[in-house]
Amino acid sequence: MSEAYHPILPGLILGLPLLGAALNGIGAFAWRENKTVPTIVGPLAVLGAFVVCLLNFAAMRAAAPHDPSLVPLWTWMSSGDLEIGVTLLFDQLSVLMTLIVTGVGGIIHVYSVGYMREDPGYSRYFSYLNLFIFFMLILVLGANYPVMFVGWEGVGLCSYLLIGFWYENREFSDAGKKAFIVNRIGDLGFLIAMFLMFGVFGTLDMPSIFEAAPTTLLAGGGIATAVTLFLFLGCVGKSAQIPLFVWLPDAMAGPTPVSALIHAATMVTAGVYLVARSGVLFALAPFTQAIVASVGVGTALFAASIAVQQYDIKKVLAYSTISQLGYMFVAVGVGAYTAGIFHLMTHAFFKALLFLGAGAVIHAMHHAWHETGDHGDPNDMRNYGGLRPLMPITAATMWIGTLAISGVFPFAGFFSKDEIIWEAGVRGYAVLWATALIVALLTAGYMTRLMVMTFHGANRSGESARGHLHEVPAVMWIPLAILAVLSTVGGWVQIPEVLPLPDVDLLHSWLEPVFAPAIEVASGGAVGGAHGEGLAHEAPLGGGETSWAVGGTGLALLTVIVVFWRLSRRRYLPAAESAEPSGAASLLYHKWYVDELYDRLVVRPLLAVWRGCWRIVDDRLIDGTVNGLGGVARVVGWTGSQLQTGRVSTYLLIFMIGALIILGSLAF
Amino acid sequence: MESLYGSHWILTLLLAIPFLGALGCLAGPESRARWTALFATLLALALSLPLFWTFQLGTAEFQNTASLPWIERWGIRYAVGLDGISLLMILLTTVIMPLSVAGSFSYIRKRERAFYASMLVLMTGMLGVFVALDLFLFYVFWEIMLIPMYFIIGIWGGERRIYSAVKFFLFTATGSLLMLVAIVALVYQHQLQFGVVSFGYEDLLRTSIAPGLQLLLFSAFGLAFAIKVPLFPVHTWLPDAHVEAPTAGSVVLAGILLKMGVYGFLRFAMPLFPVAATSPTVVGTIVLLGLIGIIYAAWVAAVQPDAKKLIAYTSVAHLGFVMVGVFALTRQSLEGAILQMVNHGISTGALFLLIGMIYERRHTRMIADFGGLAKVMPFFAFSLTVVALSSIGLPGTNGFVGEFLILIGTFQRFPVVAMLATTGVIFAAAYMLPMVQRVILNPLSRDENRELKDLNRRERWIVAPLLGLILLIGVYPQPFLDRMSASVDALIERVELGAQPMQASESPDPRLIAELDPAGRFDATPPSEGTATAEGSAGP
Repeated sequence: MSEAYHPILPGLILGLPLLGAALNGIGAFAWRENKTVPTIVGPLAVLGAFVVCLLNFAAMRAAAPHDPSLVPLWTWMSSGDLEIGVTLLFDQLSVLMTLIVTGVGGIIHVYSVGYMREDPGYSRYFSYLNLFIFFMLILVLGANYPVMFVGWEGVGLCSYLLIGFWYENREFSDAGKKAFIVNRIGDLGFLIAMFLMFGVFGTLDMPSIFEAAPTTLLAGGGIATAVTLFLFLGCVGKSAQIPLFVWLPDAMAGPTPVSALIHAATMVTAGVYLVARSGVLFALAPFTQAIVASVGVGTALFAASIAVQQYDIKKVLAYSTISQLGYMFVAVGVGAYTAGIFHLMTHAFFKALLFLGAGAVIHAMHHAWHETGDHGDPNDMRNYGGLRPLMPITAATMWIGTLAISGVFPFAGFFSKDEIIWEAGVRGYAVLWATALIVALLTAGYMTRLMVMTFHGANRSGESARGHLHEVPAVMWIPLAILAVLSTVGGWVQIPEVLPLPDVDLLHSWLEPVFAPAIEVASGGAVGGAHGEGLAHEAPLGGGETSWAVGGTGLALLTVIVVFWRLSRRRYLPAAESAEPSGAASLLYHKWYVDELYDRLVVRPLLAVWRGCWRIVDDRLIDGTVNGLGGVARVVGWTGSQLQTGRVSTYLLIFMIGALIILGSLAF
Repeated sequence: MESLYGSHWILTLLLAIPFLGALGCLAGPESRARWTALFATLLALALSLPLFWTFQLGTAEFQNTASLPWIERWGIRYAVGLDGISLLMILLTTVIMPLSVAGSFSYIRKRERAFYASMLVLMTGMLGVFVALDLFLFYVFWEIMLIPMYFIIGIWGGERRIYSAVKFFLFTATGSLLMLVAIVALVYQHQLQFGVVSFGYEDLLRTSIAPGLQLLLFSAFGLAFAIKVPLFPVHTWLPDAHVEAPTAGSVVLAGILLKMGVYGFLRFAMPLFPVAATSPTVVGTIVLLGLIGIIYAAWVAAVQPDAKKLIAYTSVAHLGFVMVGVFALTRQSLEGAILQMVNHGISTGALFLLIGMIYERRHTRMIADFGGLAKVMPFFAFSLTVVALSSIGLPGTNGFVGEFLILIGTFQRFPVVAMLATTGVIFAAAYMLPMVQRVILNPLSRDENRELKDLNRRERWIVAPLLGLILLIGVYPQPFLDRMSASVDALIERVELGAQPMQASESPDPRLIAELDPAGRFDATPPSEGTATAEGSAGP
């Protein structure tokens, strides 16, 4: 073991993106037409931070510290027993997260240079995007819950600003507002969890809480359950789970790189990170864990069912993201924290890839139609078709992403998804296991449908537009290529022992110091057991890990082939000529009518009550009473009107004299 | 300079400057009034700022005190002094005033001398309320404030200005009248016990008062302060006053005047009548009304078509948070409440200034008349966004620190109340974001808005300091908390100790009661034991 680990240049990790945000923000006012400055500052700020994160990763690898390193910056608020410092926490989990955030983030920044180049709000865009990276890094590096909450709501703010980036479109700015308000419902849970924890532990510092929790809290007790349930409410909002998932599909209103970065790769996974980070607390609350896993698997299935019938390419990917987040919650819900973080990482690669690929297609369609003057929906897959020869790199990389998300060996998603399904199975959660398997097949199905409708079959974009369709520039396809490589090899950091492959165990051993306390609590408590210990070695239907891994990937591949074979023969019509789906398809196409339901049951009744409060309680009841009293007073006062001069100062003078007389009478 | 800030005179000087400025406004020509006012308010700001650093931490003693006999026969003195709470209120006042004077330059076009003189007299009144350590002096300043504000609404206000001004006057004067009676009764009690007539704050603190009488006097003070806060249901004067008042009037009203009510509770009603202030009935009632204010006012705000009225209702909600924090009486909730008073002054002041700036351009306050302003007024859009985020308590802005401390402190005492109050953060987003969206986002569809000019240099200079404070207090609130912590400690101790003996003894000394209340008019039965039950009465 070499020398101890000390965080390297922690200020720079946060400082560079913040500086970038500030510079680009000033630029949005001062040099609005200048595109050079944002092009350089925006990506460099994030890539610079990525380099520093890499240095930290290397140093941490060399030192292999067992405890987290804290970097106290300044006292934020100190009031009585409450001490909250702006303190950063560096451990294996947070460093891994910073690598994902700045790495994938950096790639998406570079891609944005090509995607947003023509936009008049170019500088403002990079300002928001840099600011997002800043807040996301605070979220993962915060050493106490309030600092984490700064990042938590900060990324929400950037999400709001970027969803409504094209604010002149009413629908888009509505979507931003919806995201913010729905997220706030979740944040309510986060806040209350903090209040509870302060009451119980007297501190909000994570290391202290995690150390004290096993002795302070009763395993399975009310407080542990309440704290974790409230925390999870925050996760449900941020990570778009049932019932608060409704904001994420609308969030696709933002520019596509934003969807890739914020609404797929990083921000929406914050809930998974929060559960994993607070693993000790969740391990003490088996009831909450059951809720987490159930909500996760329910959301995974529900969202996947909607994705099957969407025609907007970004909506398919949005519901796919919700569904994959559900997987991650299944993992952290059953106590397989590493598996959850594993899938978080591989998902960041392949979902960013898929979104950026979709962005490339949208970009190409938009340009082609701009040339021809057509006004179709460039997001609607019914207007695509047969794009593969025109955009070969995009098609190839997106196929890699599709195979990865479908869990086909040897792509990244296979390893992470297999681990989640297997962990759920061996821990005895048969329903979770079976549902997760079904969702895996649905995923392969809707993703293949997306690919077929986009890249295969006949082209539906119109004769004249076809000539203008071409591959995106290098600044956009190189990021796709990098992500495609990551989506391929990203899973090789953790290869199951049982497979006849080289035995690689990088992730579990890397994260072991972080999750050891939670696993220890869990094995001592009522739920589950440590990884690999005390677990069944068979899936609920029988069969060992090898057979299910092979069988799972085989089924996924089979689904891809069957769907491809069937759909590539189907003749789709362009969106303008298509009829509305009918029957069960219509139910799925309309997303189970959840938005409409919420509108009827929540939004409208609330607005009615609010209007009632104003018009009836305030205007009639309170003001009516006051003005009524005023009327009485006026009648009474009329008799004394001879005394009135109409000047307030006179009244006050009389008033003061009267007061003095009273005082005088008391004094004598 | 050092000696000035160690001296007795600094506060008196601060009180005198605006008043002299007012005389200067009236004496000079119409065109020079605004500059005289700006000069006077800036001078007061410059003079008051060093207090932030010269103020001694770690002591709850009043600092920079001055005490001169005024009306000796009645024991009335000119007594002023500064503690951590009043320090922050003074600085809030001296920061807000120059900005609202500068914000009136293009708004006020008639009777400028009278307007600026009113503003300056108002400033003296407000500063006086925050430093007075004699209840008579306090009352005089309290009433002095009322008159210029009445004129500001009634003369320079909108179409329904007379209705609003009279409503404002009647509401607040009703409260004041009751308070005056209570002050006299308090002085009388003091005289009964000590044989001396005194209006001195620290003298009156020593008076012991039977619980029944405390409740009565607390109610009289409390009503005056509750109207000012304003607490639900006596809040309805505020939206009307705000809507009709000129920008500067709204800024001062929301930014500073509303703080008088809370300050009154902190300085007078609670320490003078600790038994009443901690009785479960009182705490339960006030916390419940504060809670209703948080939620109800947010609801009403969310459906307002008029931007100023919307902001007015948000004030009711924010001050509801403050009142809940004050009466939860924990370290965190009280410090949060006091900080939130400052925060609300900054954010809501800034909101009214910004709305005033577009009102001057378009002569409408209706939200629906705007839309897409970000396109033509980017700096305005940026400022409105930051201020709105501060108002809804986004972490990183000042609003979060205040609300967080209030809620985390309140939760330790009244968990159910705190949880319900926390829903306020959702409703805050539900009223503020749609307003922001309908003003600066969406299509720029109206022709009248297409040619609007972005904020000019003067307007930017008005907004910038407030934006700076929003971020500064959001990121580094500790210096502000440090300044109030000793005073907050002392207040909690004073209230809890004052409440204890009365509550601990089953029956108070009958001789004491006989002496305090010879006629036996006031029921001396102590309120039921403990405050823990207050949660039940405050819950839904």
